[in-house]
Amino acid sequence: MEREDNTTGLAVMEQDDIRRALTRIAHEIVERNHGIENLAIIGILTRGKPLADRIAKTLHSIEDRMPSCGALDIGLYRDDFTSNPVDRPAPHPTDIAFNINDKDIVLVDDVLYTGRTVRAAITALLDLGRPASIQLAVLLDRGHRELPIRPDYVGKNLPTSLDEHVKVSLMEVDGIDQAVILRPDGSR
Amino acid sequence: MMNLLTLRETSSDQIHYLLDTALSFVEIINRPVKKVPNLRGRVMVTLFYENSTRTRTSFEVAAKIMSAEAINVAIAQSSVSKGESLKDTLRTIQALKADCIVIRHSSSGTAQFAADHLQIPVINAGDGRHEHPTQGLLDMLTIQKHKGDLRGLKVAVVGDVAHSRVARSNIWGLTKMGASVTLVGPSTLMPHDVSELPVTLSTSLKQGLEGADVVNVLRLQTERQERGLLPSLREYSKLYGINSRTLRYAKPDALVLHPGPMNRGVEITADVADGLNGIHSAIEEQVSHGIAVRMAALYMLMSVPSSSVAQQMGDRI
Repeated sequence: MEREDNTTGLAVMEQDDIRRALTRIAHEIVERNHGIENLAIIGILTRGKPLADRIAKTLHSIEDRMPSCGALDIGLYRDDFTSNPVDRPAPHPTDIAFNINDKDIVLVDDVLYTGRTVRAAITALLDLGRPASIQLAVLLDRGHRELPIRPDYVGKNLPTSLDEHVKVSLMEVDGIDQAVILRPDGSR
Repeated sequence: MMNLLTLRETSSDQIHYLLDTALSFVEIINRPVKKVPNLRGRVMVTLFYENSTRTRTSFEVAAKIMSAEAINVAIAQSSVSKGESLKDTLRTIQALKADCIVIRHSSSGTAQFAADHLQIPVINAGDGRHEHPTQGLLDMLTIQKHKGDLRGLKVAVVGDVAHSRVARSNIWGLTKMGASVTLVGPSTLMPHDVSELPVTLSTSLKQGLEGADVVNVLRLQTERQERGLLPSLREYSKLYGINSRTLRYAKPDALVLHPGPMNRGVEITADVADGLNGIHSAIEEQVSHGIAVRMAALYMLMSVPSSSVAQQMGDRI
């Protein structure tokens, strides 16, 4: 399954792998929550959002109803917020058009690494209300946690070293579905 | 970007960035619990040598939503009344570890003066007849929300342009973003340097409003006005007042703006101001957008702690 790509590094997930992983995650979500009546899927911007949409679509085809769906911006909640914002793109608006109180929320992101993004997302979410529970779904778990956070649903566990960079590209944002590992020195 | 002093000297990229950021903050100010933690532990000081309701309050609300401390120096009760110079007052506030100063003053160029003497970011909240950049930005944000792109729009700025810093910030901001600006009013209320501004002029309300997508009505600044510029308020109102009849000179879906405070019955009638009878008035919306725009300005200037800026600059504070 793994193949080497000369231009983008080592590909660890292709389009079909991503599709299968998300389909499995959707089934696991239904099973764990005994249906999706009280469920809301919230993607962490930027790349968690299309993943959340795809999971919601799959849930719709499994359960014949659409879960609530939203997007969460965590830019204002980061703990490394000392760099100049001008060097970053303008923040995206959070888009959660439903009341999250007493909902079972599934947070979705592309890569789980230190856990700091998820920590920020949980804080951001709790500022919007009091959900019944928060679960975490990620496409890739690359390890190296710095906080006590673990995912409930994982597309693929990917052991990495600290000097590697994991990049997920998605059709909706990047025009291609792919996950690759990049090494700083360009070696494979 | 270190200060926000004028829109004339702000690049179109920076204006884009500020507007995009402000737009993303509109969602936050509409939440039931309006609080995000990003400027926790930062201090914004407002220093207003002129009266203000909405600008100062809106800066305070913006800072508090982003968890910063907002402190107002009440000029009347400050050492200014003991004769302290502006420079000393500014340096004192800086030494009190403010992370940003928001200043309003009746003299043009005061904000620049403050920036020249301080290492912390300065936001101009209005200096004399010069500029009021956050008002220009909130006008642009409001227009953008109603009309989509600013490019190609015709904006008529009506009234007391000579005494209006709002007009100047509108002119520089809007033209940078590709809109065209027409100034409408009696020639006695046009600025002396009008030939150097990127605008067209009209002394006829009918001609000036023709084809306008937006009508920005300025307040007649009677408190700043030397005598003799107008025969009477009544005559001004008759010739240049915006009412449901004169508004028809503009496009049918024209958006009405006013920076406030309004002199109802002088430059604008109540039915236009309140958006009655199908008139598109965004005057209250402007006030809410003011919070989002000021949040964007504070976000842009206060995210980096001033202590680290000072260290970078050789710890001169």
